[in-house]
Amino acid sequence: MSATAEVMPTTDAAYYEADSPVVIDCDVQKVFYGDFLAVRDSRVPIEKGKITGFIGPSGCGKSTVLRSLNRMNDLIPSFHLQGAIKYHGLDIYGKNVDPVMVRRYIGMVFQQPNPFSMSIFDNVAFGLRLNRFKGDVEEKVQKALEAAALWKEVKDKLKNSGLSLSGGQQQRLCIARAVATEPDVLLMDEPCSALDPIATRQVEELMLELKKHYTVALVTHNMQQAMRVADTTAFFGVDISKGGRTGYLVEMGETRQIFEQPKEELTQQYVAGEFS
Amino acid sequence: MSANPFKDKASPHSASAPPSAADYWADSLFRKLAMTCAGLIIALLAYILLEIGSQAMPAISEYGIGFVGGTTWDGSRDEFGVLPEIWGTLYSSILALIIGGIMGVTIAIFLTQEFLSQKVATVFRLIVELLAAIPSVVYGLWGIYVLIPMLRPVAGWLHTHFDFIPLFSTDLSGPGLAPAALVLAIMILPTVAAISVDALKRIPYKVKEAAYGMGTTRWEAILKVMLPTASSGILAALVLGFGRALGETMALAMLIGNSNQINLSLFAPANTLASLLASSFPEAGDLEIRALMYAAIVLLLLTFVVNVMGLAIQQYTMRKFEGKK
Repeated sequence: MSATAEVMPTTDAAYYEADSPVVIDCDVQKVFYGDFLAVRDSRVPIEKGKITGFIGPSGCGKSTVLRSLNRMNDLIPSFHLQGAIKYHGLDIYGKNVDPVMVRRYIGMVFQQPNPFSMSIFDNVAFGLRLNRFKGDVEEKVQKALEAAALWKEVKDKLKNSGLSLSGGQQQRLCIARAVATEPDVLLMDEPCSALDPIATRQVEELMLELKKHYTVALVTHNMQQAMRVADTTAFFGVDISKGGRTGYLVEMGETRQIFEQPKEELTQQYVAGEFS
Repeated sequence: MSANPFKDKASPHSASAPPSAADYWADSLFRKLAMTCAGLIIALLAYILLEIGSQAMPAISEYGIGFVGGTTWDGSRDEFGVLPEIWGTLYSSILALIIGGIMGVTIAIFLTQEFLSQKVATVFRLIVELLAAIPSVVYGLWGIYVLIPMLRPVAGWLHTHFDFIPLFSTDLSGPGLAPAALVLAIMILPTVAAISVDALKRIPYKVKEAAYGMGTTRWEAILKVMLPTASSGILAALVLGFGRALGETMALAMLIGNSNQINLSLFAPANTLASLLASSFPEAGDLEIRALMYAAIVLLLLTFVVNVMGLAIQQYTMRKFEGKK
């Protein structure tokens, strides 16, 4: 427990006053992997109908925080969280909460496109079947593919394998798979990092479209991407005092404010490209 | 060697140099060696086929295709047919494939999906693979002295109470299909398990993440995502296991009863092509040896057809699930 003793002061800049209803109230006090303190003091409210961007240098814990929001981190046995993450007011780390259930309500899109080795149709229908959806599966699949801006390209080859698509199409397929069950929050962990610029553009446009119906939390290593799509932005830094590498929330605010009038010097340096 | 036009243009301090004559020579030598080895395998297979074919020729011209449909094997009357052996071979192998396949794939799941700690899983895997090191004849002896006496009361009970089901229509008097199939299942188990383990281990972590990210329970992730993803590898494991079961000789010759009959009952004695070959050769007359060679060709063809079919199914699943051309 080395990093707990010394804590860099968290300033007012890190307190972001939400002005819309908050879907996930993420209040991470500490995240540990074993004895290693990975993230501390990060309160990130995810507001309804907005895209909340997470930016920061590598190792700053932005992905760790995002993955705490649907308990994906529980796959790592040594993971341990202090604090509370409330989804519509309910603590998802509560004693009686099954992580499997949390993930059914909070969808996720990953860094690498990861469609299942099955047909395009079955990929999108996966969540519906998993949740024992009783209605018209075909209609839902079409709707999800349309929402992911993929329908026109695949409507004549729904039986083909999802893995036969290009990288950008695969990522949109994964988005369709995540939105088919219409969860109200979509977590996106650097969804464009494996894509070329054209596919990135398409996915970004798609995100702007998705926020009409979904609340989105987006981790990105690309500041321009955060500027283009995020409504609010949370900037994370790395605290290397005490020898450890602990991520923490430096500043959160409207995206425009973060990029144009950051309150913190660290934010200013980061958005000016002085370190990455 | 080809000229090096870059030498004068590049920086004089550059350490870059063209491959030497020896490098080119080693390259071409390796290619020739690989080609020779590949060619030898094909030549060997052709030679075996030709040799057995010429040995079998008298029997082939004598009995023709009727050999495959014939049901008696009688050296004293020169009457030969292998239908019961084909039946016994396929029946015992399919039973072994079902039992050994289910067990093998289950073990592979158990070993790869974090049910055990890494260390225990490695030890467990080693033990399963050790099963492959036990000689066939030891399995045969174990079958005779342990398995058959163990099976007898079970078989007897099933036969008395359920004899209306064709599978249990006879009693187990000694050797028979059931002990043979069980031993075969254990023998193909290491093959199926080891190759399935590799197939499951090859699944990238991102696939597992995707499954859990959709909100699957552990079993849902395994059954609905991991198994389909590994399906082509698991199919390869099953095809190899089945191939091994078809050709297995010694343990079967000791356990199956060597009786030329076609019977659905699990407890009836039967015979397989391989065990027919092994047990009939020592006392065979001239024409019978020809007939045995013919039987060997039938076994070869059977194995070939099964492997080609397995490969075709595997290619199909790869196209369908993995989008590979």
